[in-house]
Amino acid sequence: MRNYLSFEGLSWLVFVLFVIIVPLFLSSFYLRLMSLIGLYSLVVMGLVLLTGYAGLASLGQAAFMGVGAYTAAILSSRFALNPWLSMIAGILLAVLIAWLIGLITLRLKGHFLALATLAWGLVITGILRNWISVTGGNTGFGSATGNRFPPLSILGYPLRDERLYTYLIWFFVLLVLFLSLNLMRSRMGLAIKALRTGSIAAASFGVNVSQLKMLTFLLAAAFAALAGALFAFKELFIDPKIADLSTSINLLIMAVMGGIGSLTGAIFGPGLFVFLESFLQEYLPWLIGRSGNYEIIAFGFILIFILHRARQGLLPLLRDLLPASPVKPINHQAEPLPKRILDRAEGEVLLRVDDVSKNFGGLRAVDSLSFEVKRGEILGLIGPNGAGKSTMFNLITGVLRLSEGEISFKDSLISKLAPHQIAQRGIARTFQHLNLIGNMSLLDNVVLGGYGRTKANVWQGMLGLEGGERERARAEAHRQLKRVGLAEQSFERADSLALGKQRLVEIARALMADPELILLDEPAAGLRKHEKAELIDLIRKLKAEGITVLLVEHDMELVMTLCERIVVVNYGTKLAEGSPKAIKQNPKVLEAYLGSESASL
Amino acid sequence: MFEPAIILTLLIDGLTNGAIYAMMALGIVVLYSVTSVINVAQGEFVMLSALSIASLRAAKIPGVLYIAVVGLIFWSIFNALAMMRQGAAPRQLKIWPILWPLFLAGLLISVVPPLAKAHLPYPLQIFIAVVLTTLLGPICYRLVLEPLPKASILVFLILAIGLHLALTGLGLAFWGPQPYDLPPFSKGGMILGPAYVSYQALWLLAISALLMLALYLFFNHTIYGKALRAAAVNRLGARLMGISAVRAGRLSFSISVFLSAVAGVLITPITKMVYDFGFLIGLKGFVGAIIGGLTNPVIAALGAIFVGVAEQFSAFYISSAYKDVIVFLLIIPVLLLRSLQHQDFEEHVD
Repeated sequence: MRNYLSFEGLSWLVFVLFVIIVPLFLSSFYLRLMSLIGLYSLVVMGLVLLTGYAGLASLGQAAFMGVGAYTAAILSSRFALNPWLSMIAGILLAVLIAWLIGLITLRLKGHFLALATLAWGLVITGILRNWISVTGGNTGFGSATGNRFPPLSILGYPLRDERLYTYLIWFFVLLVLFLSLNLMRSRMGLAIKALRTGSIAAASFGVNVSQLKMLTFLLAAAFAALAGALFAFKELFIDPKIADLSTSINLLIMAVMGGIGSLTGAIFGPGLFVFLESFLQEYLPWLIGRSGNYEIIAFGFILIFILHRARQGLLPLLRDLLPASPVKPINHQAEPLPKRILDRAEGEVLLRVDDVSKNFGGLRAVDSLSFEVKRGEILGLIGPNGAGKSTMFNLITGVLRLSEGEISFKDSLISKLAPHQIAQRGIARTFQHLNLIGNMSLLDNVVLGGYGRTKANVWQGMLGLEGGERERARAEAHRQLKRVGLAEQSFERADSLALGKQRLVEIARALMADPELILLDEPAAGLRKHEKAELIDLIRKLKAEGITVLLVEHDMELVMTLCERIVVVNYGTKLAEGSPKAIKQNPKVLEAYLGSESASL
Repeated sequence: MFEPAIILTLLIDGLTNGAIYAMMALGIVVLYSVTSVINVAQGEFVMLSALSIASLRAAKIPGVLYIAVVGLIFWSIFNALAMMRQGAAPRQLKIWPILWPLFLAGLLISVVPPLAKAHLPYPLQIFIAVVLTTLLGPICYRLVLEPLPKASILVFLILAIGLHLALTGLGLAFWGPQPYDLPPFSKGGMILGPAYVSYQALWLLAISALLMLALYLFFNHTIYGKALRAAAVNRLGARLMGISAVRAGRLSFSISVFLSAVAGVLITPITKMVYDFGFLIGLKGFVGAIIGGLTNPVIAALGAIFVGVAEQFSAFYISSAYKDVIVFLLIIPVLLLRSLQHQDFEEHVD
């Protein structure tokens, strides 16, 4: 514990000292560069959250800077509003606009946000350039064009000095970095990281995916607007170029250069970019023999090269030289997380699938299927490939909307609910196609499963005020890993495990949600013989603890030994239902399975 | 204000621009459907073909030649590196994949400059420029997109942004910031009811309509076209049928670049061309493509034509300064509609 704190604390100390000392020795030219790097860093940190973690791209971050800058400038000039308040107003307006953009695009596939923000950027620059009576148009806004606005001041002391202003900017950089780092370590942050790997998985443990994407987008817009407003009060003059598409693209280049998934890279990237840009702007025109912004050629190729060869950006190359930060140990004494109370009688109907159909265009993947899962049982759902089993799982968990019929859980209708709401009611699942976050530890992957059982919100996350909840979640996750026999590997990366073991991690993650019903999608695929035996033991233990299991599996031996009842589906309809013994002798089932699998029956 | 002459003129101008945007939108949709690449550099090829003709008319070597030659050299290097990465020792390298790009580069560098100096007739100059520009399609695909066959849509998008930057910058380096003009295919025009139509606009409408028809026939009635559509639906399935994703990608990129190259030839006599003008044309094509959901070519083309018409009318009746703003705002209702329509949660997944 102490060791962990001191390493982290030391890095911060070095960084803060660096930021305090360096400006003392810088000339005016380099102070300008340092301020610029700080301002860009603020925006790029938002972009890293958005693109690197949530897997969404924005081509309109400069436009949010523009909104922040112009709102702050116009309010403090025309309306003589206090500069700090004008700044806050600018951030709020940017957030409001981001919310509107998010509302119409975040339900669509990820790249529509990129295209919508691209269009939004073009719209805002169009307005800034042409609404001359308000924005000053192309000539800009500031005292030079008769729109004087005051500088920021602290306790009545105006911040005109370049060095002081550099400190102010970097104060905000450190603050935002601190908040963002905290956030990404928190409950919400883990969930944001899960968005990129798979929204369906995130939703399956209770994450409201649209809301979380929106939150990340709003944060990124707020950071950008803050940077814009700081820029306005630094120069006391702004022009529409700040909101330009080319600025947005530059910000993206910086994020990619620093390593799109790294918050510290969000400071390194702008640093590299600013120096490279000023170098190229000096020498390229000389080389070509004509003035012009030829540096975009170089940046175009750099962007392509980094994505081809160094996707993690350039910083990890340096980071590999430093020792890895030690992991925080698990506090096994932490109070357990609250558990669901299983108060109903065994044998009652827990899940009812009632005459459900699903059409994909002309294909009827599930056709008037009905079955029930009773509390406390292990029900097998089997059928040949393409029979509609996984579709059924997706219908139960709300990933797909059913075309006809109803599904109810504990006597209440769930077929109209969103996936995260269904998860919250007590249904957890694993995936046929594995859905773990490869570069995260097993423990963190499992902690994610407990998202629905924990409460810390984004503010608590940012300020590091999750209290003991995180410790409790980690202890709980460790217990779940122990349950599936992977406690020793808790701190290994998920992608370092064999596929069969990763399936067990998924089970642990599902158990972490403290479910009443667990849906297992081919859990035995890729397991060796003794691992299968352990899996059978595990599932029986779950049953003994009162958890109900719905199992899709191709391994007939496993299904036959484990399940009390089996539902056989073929072409989306129910072929048979009954005890393993009855199913084995059912002629219709044997016919459907003629071929390789008939032998194993 | 609402005289028929004005409305007809605006309509003709709108259709002229709209036809160009439609060609952009079709290129974007074809490429996206087959490769899931969102090509923001679509418009750059409009600029490259147009400015190349301008160079040829001035008896200068077009910059596109240099881009193609250097690209081909890199193609050869990339092939060699790819073979080495697969574990071939330097001696076992197959020679042909390394040599043919170099041969082609040599051929280009020896044939094109004399042709450029020869003051060829205008149609031949157009032909050379379109061929050279279209050649950049497979080259860009090979060098920029092919190295990451399994990348996400997001990464492809950023790669395309890189391509846009590089090509725009090269356009500036080769041709400078000034506008270039090209002569119309035939001078003059005709009176159409109360309005006047230039012959160039008619050429443009006729050729773009023919091209779109050809595209339709290609995708519906030829083996290659059907294969591309198959690849668009299911890449693995297409591959099992012997259509490699790489060939499908190169072909679709070439088609979309060809559309841009022709668009450049058609529009420049009407509007002139600057190094960064192609990008804006491409973006307006994007609005059309988004109307078609990036995947429906018919709606995308119609949407793009609508964009062209809406642009002219809003420039005249609302404000010429805000015409771009209005055009890009068009995507809001489109996205809103899509957002309200979709039901399954799966839309969240790329």
